[in-house]
Amino acid sequence: EHPKMSGSQVKGVSTGTTILAVKYRGGVIIGSDSRASIGGDYVVSKVVNKLIQVHDRIFCCIAGSLADAQAVTKMAKFQLSFLSIQMESPPLVKAAASVLKELCYRNKEELQAGFITAGWDKKKGPQVYTVSLGGMLVSQPFTIAGSGSTYIYGYVDAKYKPDMSREECMQFATNALALAMGRDNVSGGIIHLVVITEDKAEHVIVPGNKLPKFHDE
Amino acid sequence: MALSNVLELPASGFNFENSARNAVLEDVLGDGKTKTPKPMKTGTTIAGVVYKDGVVLGADTRATSSEVVADKMCAKIHYIAPNIYCCGAGTAADTEKTTDLLSSNLTIFSMNSSRNPRVIMAVSILQDMLFRYHGQIGAFLILGGVDFTGSHLYSVGPYGSVNEVPYLAMGSGDHAAMGILEDGFKPRLELDEAKTLVCSAIHAGIMSDLGSGSNVDLCVITRQGVDYIRPYQESEFKDQRQGRYKYKPGTTPILRENVEPVEVEVMQETVQKMDTA
Repeated sequence: EHPKMSGSQVKGVSTGTTILAVKYRGGVIIGSDSRASIGGDYVVSKVVNKLIQVHDRIFCCIAGSLADAQAVTKMAKFQLSFLSIQMESPPLVKAAASVLKELCYRNKEELQAGFITAGWDKKKGPQVYTVSLGGMLVSQPFTIAGSGSTYIYGYVDAKYKPDMSREECMQFATNALALAMGRDNVSGGIIHLVVITEDKAEHVIVPGNKLPKFHDE
Repeated sequence: MALSNVLELPASGFNFENSARNAVLEDVLGDGKTKTPKPMKTGTTIAGVVYKDGVVLGADTRATSSEVVADKMCAKIHYIAPNIYCCGAGTAADTEKTTDLLSSNLTIFSMNSSRNPRVIMAVSILQDMLFRYHGQIGAFLILGGVDFTGSHLYSVGPYGSVNEVPYLAMGSGDHAAMGILEDGFKPRLELDEAKTLVCSAIHAGIMSDLGSGSNVDLCVITRQGVDYIRPYQESEFKDQRQGRYKYKPGTTPILRENVEPVEVEVMQETVQKMDTA
């Protein structure tokens, strides 16, 4: 169901990318690579941050046109901050995903950006939602997206277990991203991970030389 | 949050009207009858580096119109605010107007709030505006400045994408300049090292790219102030003008001189008393 995000279709800087989010016991881990490219053959930035914080315990990762994704997340950040003032409580993760979905769906002709939203809220705890290019919103226990995701469907389907511990989940996410970055030319750089729990949102970086290796000699 | 602006802001939300209008115009004009005019581009090398005490921005000074050099000493480092400057590559008119508009709006903001703008504010305004025009404004910008939160260097693309980075090169000569920067950059450089690095990067662009040339301009921004060095390094290929293009006084011979006095008659006189008490 995920349309391939091929870098050559996007105008301007594209985050031809690998992004994922995984629920574990007590929290959710959202992760991405850090490469931004133009036209599939020039790396514009090696250290782009694709994990955008839209609220205290809600992050989303972006894929597709960098300009479109940044504009949409800015709008979503504003709307969620306003919403949390109106409701006098933090927004639900589903609300955040809905805001993104509305923007993507209403402007589907002009925009080329997809998102994964993950976070923690009091009502349902840790959750993962994916908003595709055309504005489809789906909730899943884990999800992968971006051009590099096609190379790891097999790996994540085989290795995912529900209710993992935090360490198991970190290893799962890191391995999946490293495998995708190893095979996809428009994914690469370093791994950004954010671990979101009830207490805090913790940013973890795995630099390029510390990535897990899989028969790379 | 209502900010006074030089131009009226459009209604909130995404507005892609101009992009549709431009597509229609191109169809109508480029129909074989009239060719849309070719904009003057600053085929360019621009670069920026964050060093220990601030930011160093650099640019070449050549503006081209297809294969002709339109301006040998064009200024590509634009003033945005007392603490923020911006290098522009892409369509010359677009970078000029965009940075001018940004500068005007930030001046109004400074007057209203009695403070210098933050670099992130300039970046946000640029991002909003360029995204609204959906890439039709060909402005590839390097924004650098120092504010209360520190020294910042941002790249802003024509579609509205923004990236904060410690070193950066853009323009047609960016590949050559990036090579120099990747090799020579270290965190927390000294001022002289930073200036030399940026100058070498621009020089690499001037040498290896046909669209870049002439001199190197530098702009050093620190908490204390700005040092705009134009030119920092002159082109080694400057030629001496062989002839003079000005006419000496007396070149045009006077054939005949005729003086006619003009008779002026006073028709009416009115005196108006002014109260200066």
